[in-house]
Amino acid sequence: MCGIIGVIDRGRETMDGTAIRRALSMMNERGSGEGAGYVAYGCYPEFKDYFALHVFFDNIHETKPRVDELLHEWGRVVHDEEIPTWDLPRLRKVHTPWRYFFKPDTRLMPRSITPAEEIVTEIVMRINTSVEGALVFSSGRNLGVFKAAGWPEEVADFYRIEDYEGHCWLAHNRYPTNTPGWWGGAHPFNLLDWSVVHNGEITSYGTNRRYIESFGYRCTMFTDTEVVAYLVDLLVRRHALPEELAVTALAPPFWDEIDAMADGRRRLHQALRLTYGSAMMNGPFAIVVANQDSMVAFTDRSKLRPLVGAENGDRLYVSSEEAAIRAMDPGITRVFMPRAGEPIIGRVVA
Amino acid sequence: MTPSIGSLPPKYRVTVDHDRCMLCGRCVENCAYGAFRMENDRILTNSRVCTACHRCVAFCPRDAIDVSERPLDYRSHPVWTRGVREAIYNQARTGKIVLSGMGNALDYPMIFDRLVLDACQVTNPSIDPLREPMELRTYLGKKPQRLDLKRREDGEVDLLTELAPNLCLETPIMIGHMSYGAISLNAQLSMARGVTEAGTFMGTGEGGLPEPLHPYQGHMIVQVASGRFGVDIDYLERGAAIEIKIGQGAKPGIGGHLPGEKVNGAISKTRMIPIGSDAISPAPHHDIYSIEDLAQLVRSLKEATEWKKPVFVKIAAVHNVAAIAAGIARSSADAVVIDGFRGGTGAAPRVFRDHVGIPVEAAVAAVDAKLRNQGIRNEVSVIASGGIRESTDVAKIIALGADAVYIGTGALVALGCRVCGNCYRGLCPWGIATQRQDLVDRIDPEVGGRQVANLIHGWTLELMDLMGAAGINSIESLRGNRDRLRGYMIDQALMDVLDVKSVGA
Repeated sequence: MCGIIGVIDRGRETMDGTAIRRALSMMNERGSGEGAGYVAYGCYPEFKDYFALHVFFDNIHETKPRVDELLHEWGRVVHDEEIPTWDLPRLRKVHTPWRYFFKPDTRLMPRSITPAEEIVTEIVMRINTSVEGALVFSSGRNLGVFKAAGWPEEVADFYRIEDYEGHCWLAHNRYPTNTPGWWGGAHPFNLLDWSVVHNGEITSYGTNRRYIESFGYRCTMFTDTEVVAYLVDLLVRRHALPEELAVTALAPPFWDEIDAMADGRRRLHQALRLTYGSAMMNGPFAIVVANQDSMVAFTDRSKLRPLVGAENGDRLYVSSEEAAIRAMDPGITRVFMPRAGEPIIGRVVA
Repeated sequence: MTPSIGSLPPKYRVTVDHDRCMLCGRCVENCAYGAFRMENDRILTNSRVCTACHRCVAFCPRDAIDVSERPLDYRSHPVWTRGVREAIYNQARTGKIVLSGMGNALDYPMIFDRLVLDACQVTNPSIDPLREPMELRTYLGKKPQRLDLKRREDGEVDLLTELAPNLCLETPIMIGHMSYGAISLNAQLSMARGVTEAGTFMGTGEGGLPEPLHPYQGHMIVQVASGRFGVDIDYLERGAAIEIKIGQGAKPGIGGHLPGEKVNGAISKTRMIPIGSDAISPAPHHDIYSIEDLAQLVRSLKEATEWKKPVFVKIAAVHNVAAIAAGIARSSADAVVIDGFRGGTGAAPRVFRDHVGIPVEAAVAAVDAKLRNQGIRNEVSVIASGGIRESTDVAKIIALGADAVYIGTGALVALGCRVCGNCYRGLCPWGIATQRQDLVDRIDPEVGGRQVANLIHGWTLELMDLMGAAGINSIESLRGNRDRLRGYMIDQALMDVLDVKSVGA
């Protein structure tokens, strides 16, 4: 089941986490109290040029030195600290969440056109596959993922999410079937600038995983959602597809629809399906993907999961439920339902 | 010199129930091997020539004929099987290589039957293909790694990448290469009509493209094999695609042999060889002694046809198949055909048919993994053939990484073939593996075409149902989706090759 919500302020006006905490709790019917999470874009303005790495450590004494060492090998940590948390009766600190503000030494990746991102991706993949007891769950600049196993309001209070400000937020209320109780299994999933929340199940996961792994990504979190973050990173950052075409590649029109298109469009859509057939996602899903400047929401080609959008001035909302959006912003002026596979895209203009 | 071995026990015994027999004579008429004769108002049989092709059984209006297998067997022995003993008798007499027909006849475990498919329950809905779109359309050929795009002033996006020509299949089931010569014109015509109706393709084999097939050439893949029989520019230009045959699953590493008796006037014309001469395809192509020679031949064929047609390369599934496929992917070839060791044949030495090569399931899994590992999976399509028996085999091999399949024996069975395995004798009573006109006439291409189309259609419907049950509405999302397979009683080493988990895991 799961409930998802996202908001972006196109004027880059920031909001604290109070409202999205309220909205996410509104969808507790869609969760089971075993996982919730938030991501805030723009929450570390004082360190905005540094990659903010959030890491769950099982044990500070044994595993943290290995991560420290790896980071010092690849660049410079300007600041690091334990992420402040407040234990609750039902939610205690199973892992120690830590944050590093990190600048990669780009000379170490001379061949790449985006060396900093390549280094951070490499570090994330390496820690998550080979450092037992450490999991990097957030790795972008000026953003932070906050997640744990619990109800949305518990997770929010655990991190005091109201203390963070962001111009774009995603949040997720989880009903797990696969890895219940595992903090790493909660959404959002993040890689570099990209964060993903997802409601549904990706039946093409095996195909997508084999495809994305042939580009050097490693799926380590035992869930189908992380593959979405990597696919978006591949399509938009590395293959330079415009966001709307990346969504088309992931949830393309049916062949009947493509056959009926005018010549140029048909050629483009045919090429997208031929090229990215293995990236196409199948199964029921509603997904919201965000980066620093935009938020994109879309569903599977048959819309087997709900998705609703709404607006109020510069604010664009997407969610599984209208009620959640109204809990966040009673003043919304327009509510709309996208068709299957049709994206809702919000970009900051400021 | 009188052989001292004596006669061997007959393979089959044909008996006629004279109470039921009405002396219509259809058995006498239908049996091409002469197992029946009518004498004094009684049907008499000669069991020794029977091949169990069941033509007589199928056409007896009174169900009066019974064919039993091994009525008198050898003393049973687990090591000295009947096959082993008979091969020795045969070779003691002749001093020659023992020929055999159809596919691998040894009792190897069938990997397909140890893989099970997945279905959705609760957490994701299964899809009903009667009510929802279900896409099987498959494009075979090179695909770009990424696209070059340009955004126009008006916001529309232009595609700058030029796509290589691909074959467009409405269903991922094609019919493999069986040549005119090995099989009859009417068998080929039936299959040509069938694939045309089903929106898919068939191979010509190395027998040229006889004129009556020209109306269906848009659905024919023309083959260039080591004998180059039937190959000229007209032939290449008529095909929808061209396939270079390096090897065949039933007999990896050796060439082909069409006996001179089968080379009649028409076949001599399409193969471009004298009437009555043996058509012998050499083991290697005499212009291919390395992977770069193959790349040259691919380019030559593309040049000759102005880069308008996809070129496939067919290899037998052998131990090193993955590395070979990776080499082929680096040429201009558009698809690699992997022919497993269960692949059928009109004639192959028994030792090759039964002992050389590997199963297509393991071969496709290894090829797909190697190509992805090297980041070149988009460079070639993968076509699996050799032992595809039903729609579940198609679903499983696609989940292991194939783009499409060739069927061979399955299509012949749809035309009546009973898998008797005597194709090399040229007397096929079903009119398939024969050139004798009275036998060939037993197939009406219109009826045969309907049967072949029905088979492909039936499998296609089943494939849609299997995909829908797995919550997948497009074949791209089944391809290489090994998470949707589980191995049942497969050893760990093979599971690692197939990259599937065990049932319950």
